Amino acid sequence: MSEQKIDGFELKPGFKGMASDTGSDQTMFKGVHWGKAMMWIFLLSDTFVFSCFLISYMKGRGSTIVDWPNTSEVFSLYVGGVPVPLLLIAIMTFVLITSSGTMALAVKYGYEKNRKMCGWLILATAVGGLTFVGMQVFEWSKLIHEGVRPWGNPFGASQFGSFFFMITGFHGFHVSIGVIFLFIYTYKVFAGHYESKKRGWFTKMKGDYVEIEILGLYWHFVDLVWVFIFAFFYLW
Amino acid sequence: MEETNKMEETTKKDEQTGTQKIGIYLWIWLLLFVLSFFSYMVDWYQFQGMLRWSLILFFMFLKAGLIMAFFMHLFWERYALVNVLLWPMTAIACFIFLMTAEFKYTLFSRFFYFVVGGA
Repeated sequence: MSEQKIDGFELKPGFKGMASDTGSDQTMFKGVHWGKAMMWIFLLSDTFVFSCFLISYMKGRGSTIVDWPNTSEVFSLYVGGVPVPLLLIAIMTFVLITSSGTMALAVKYGYEKNRKMCGWLILATAVGGLTFVGMQVFEWSKLIHEGVRPWGNPFGASQFGSFFFMITGFHGFHVSIGVIFLFIYTYKVFAGHYESKKRGWFTKMKGDYVEIEILGLYWHFVDLVWVFIFAFFYLW
Repeated sequence: MEETNKMEETTKKDEQTGTQKIGIYLWIWLLLFVLSFFSYMVDWYQFQGMLRWSLILFFMFLKAGLIMAFFMHLFWERYALVNVLLWPMTAIACFIFLMTAEFKYTLFSRFFYFVVGGA
């Protein structure tokens, strides 16, 4: 949320504002912290990475003459002897959205200098992320036991395994990195680094709750990517 | 001037802290749950064909839009940032278009040489 007022004058809104911001011979993203702008640029490049994975999956799936495995059956779980389609994936989706919501609230409470609420909500987000990764480990080991390999599987087209492990693996890697940082920032918030303006490890920047928003951007992005993976890989 | 008024209306911020009201986040959170539930129902009821694909895409874009607009605050950001982030997506759209043509060609070749047996 960039500030609309800088140095006592109101910035123009809309496309006129965009034109004057970009043509101002100054910083282009007015009122946006440099760390936040850099996180956005990183997320943009990450979007391209995930797009390439999903597009190659589209190409692989579209060009095979063997039937694609029925994901609704492959990813079903047996509850009381009855197969429930995509049960684990649905729970994973809900867990990730829950953690995204707690993160959004953590950012809000951070800016309101509510240290305790912010800390607990980041911790809740971290636990949600950890739960997600745990369920993904379970999903992977289940499929590996059933004979899914990157070069073949008993359910259908042999490309299925490589796309599955590549796409969900790369996403799970992002979640894991996010969880590590969420725990670090839980510590930083509870230790009061943003009240004492303690400097970070990679930067001389003084501690500020904007770091929580930057962390939040990354975490929401992880959730955003899952929305696309859920739609294209599991549901399609 | 009109635009300025509109902006003030859409950014109902807490006076002291400059953050959004908690209600917005809770509503979006609830909406995301409901939309995820609906997209799961698409599979549950085993809709097929165009209906399945259009519903999946509809719920997907709605969820992605809500996350980006409100959780990632793009709705409240200045256009300079929003446009830098969203225009590159057209490159992805082009790539999807190109690869669609490509997979159709590959599929055709495979049928022609592996199944039909060539000319």
